[in-house]
Amino acid sequence: MRTGGISIWFFIGISLFVNGALVLQAGIRELFHPPAQPVVLYSLHANVWWGAVLFVVGVLYCARFYPRRDATASS
Amino acid sequence: MTSQLAMFSASRLVHLSTTDIVIVIFYFALVLAIGWHLRGQAKTGEDFFMAGREMTAWVAGLSFLSANLGSLELMGWAGAAYQYGILATHWYWIGAIPAMLFLGLVMMPFYYICKTHSVPGYLKLRFGEASRALSAISFAFMTVLMSGINMYSMALVMKVVLGWDINFSILVSSITVAVYVALGGLRSAIFNEVLQFILIWAGALLIPILGLIEAGGWRNLKVQIAHNASAEYTHLWGSLGSFNSNPMGVNWVGIVFGLGAILSFGYWTTDFLVVQRVLSAKDIRSAKMAPIIGAAFKMAVPFIVILPGLLALAVLPVKLTGETLAIASGGHSYNEVLPLMLARYCGPGLLGLGITALIAGFMSGMAGNVSAFTTVWTYDIYRALIHKKASDQHYVSMGRWSTVVGVAISVGTAYLVMQFASIMDYVQALFSFFIAPLFGTVILGMLWKRTTAAGGFWGLLAGTLSSIGMYAWVKMDPAALRYVALSSSAQPMAENLFRALWCWIICVLVTVIVSLLTRPKSDQELVGLVYGLTPIPSEREIAFYYRPVFWAIVVGVVFVVANVLLW
Repeated sequence: MRTGGISIWFFIGISLFVNGALVLQAGIRELFHPPAQPVVLYSLHANVWWGAVLFVVGVLYCARFYPRRDATASS
Repeated sequence: MTSQLAMFSASRLVHLSTTDIVIVIFYFALVLAIGWHLRGQAKTGEDFFMAGREMTAWVAGLSFLSANLGSLELMGWAGAAYQYGILATHWYWIGAIPAMLFLGLVMMPFYYICKTHSVPGYLKLRFGEASRALSAISFAFMTVLMSGINMYSMALVMKVVLGWDINFSILVSSITVAVYVALGGLRSAIFNEVLQFILIWAGALLIPILGLIEAGGWRNLKVQIAHNASAEYTHLWGSLGSFNSNPMGVNWVGIVFGLGAILSFGYWTTDFLVVQRVLSAKDIRSAKMAPIIGAAFKMAVPFIVILPGLLALAVLPVKLTGETLAIASGGHSYNEVLPLMLARYCGPGLLGLGITALIAGFMSGMAGNVSAFTTVWTYDIYRALIHKKASDQHYVSMGRWSTVVGVAISVGTAYLVMQFASIMDYVQALFSFFIAPLFGTVILGMLWKRTTAAGGFWGLLAGTLSSIGMYAWVKMDPAALRYVALSSSAQPMAENLFRALWCWIICVLVTVIVSLLTRPKSDQELVGLVYGLTPIPSEREIAFYYRPVFWAIVVGVVFVVANVLLW
């Protein structure tokens, strides 16, 4: 479904990409500076791998639904 | 900016880091950007109110579900799962799935083929102006009131969870919704709902995953819940033999017939807030598939709503209580279970994503209310009763202004509720009065050609008045509960379910009797509106895996298996 040339899935890709990057960097920072009061299951470093998952999915969506002039309606 | 950051950081239940705040701000920027991007595509009435009727099945289906998935829904049912156990799942499964599949397979063709703009619009075509006016006025009135109540409740949650000022929460969220809906109309609301749906999952999915890891899997979780609460908390049907054998105080008759057959069908098939999303589909196959896609995802929602409530029973070191006791004791209430679980597992970044999920849920619900109100106000009240022959451009302009006015009324309602909290209970009850009878009227109108305009109107009125009457009866004399809910042991939840059942039966009986005594419309007048008189496009020529009925069967089988597994 397109929003005047831009697919809604592209916006979703942007959202996942940016949020994934932010969560990932926060997780990596925690690796080097462990918090004084860690959350439960901190040892799993959920913000690192979940941030990475969102980031990768976001990149894939952005690439797949990047607005192109000659593109036809998709999805 | 500094004072706003101070407002953000003055949290109570959780503390947000800079990354969390950036994630929340980015969310607001993105939804406004989508509204701004779509501003040029809402020039005609069909664009503004029906999103050009060009949504794919996936977009319509996800927004259909997202409009219902408000944050109060998320937090309220997570709290209900903590309070009542797995029984709360019924509101997601039997209380939704059969009705959604029925909407897709049976009712959607009539809504779609008659090209109505709204559910009251269908009533006009089928039963005439009186039924439309009754339905439209009650819907428009209740929708903005409900939107205001949700707005206030959300602001209250933000204050409790994050320490945000109530006025700040109300104004920022309402202005954002007003801007993006007024700019892009239904299309903007729908696109943002799809984005919000994805964010809800991205922000909430980690809680059950990490919770199950901490609890040691589903089997260990059940053992811990049996130890901390009761083994009945993990049985979906096994404890519904009588009113006394489960924490909800309801029996299987109320769940199957009151919830599964009436309330659920009433909400999912006639509440214009959700039906509007499906009406925007690009063709009849997409319109039929959209509720089925919505049903498939609805099946999964208990994973991020009910399971966190159950996990909290097992892993939280504190005991949650009702709202009144929590305020008196300084403890936490049932409704805080989701934020508490969020704070338990989510560090910087993830916390911001989780809070964004809650805000996204709230805004998708509010945008749904506002866009539905705008359409019903403009087409079914303003155009039908006030200004019949204006240009399309005039109605689009009215739609934009009514979006702003609808949000303003919602804000006013939020402040009214702040002063008089009891209004909330009455308005929520009032909303429930219309749902069950409306389903009786619409379903008879669609499936029985003998139903007449007088039958539809008087049935709807009688059903609504009888619901109000039963509510008032139990309010004045609590002993009347044993007549309304068939047991003096019934809890308020059971009363709602049985009241819906009785008023639906009254609506149907009155509609049938009055219809049999009055003259029906000719068959020609009912083409496109009634089963048996409406040519529905055949799907025989398309592959079976493209047919809506195939996917409805798949969802139906999963639904049955899931219920049996959790019996």
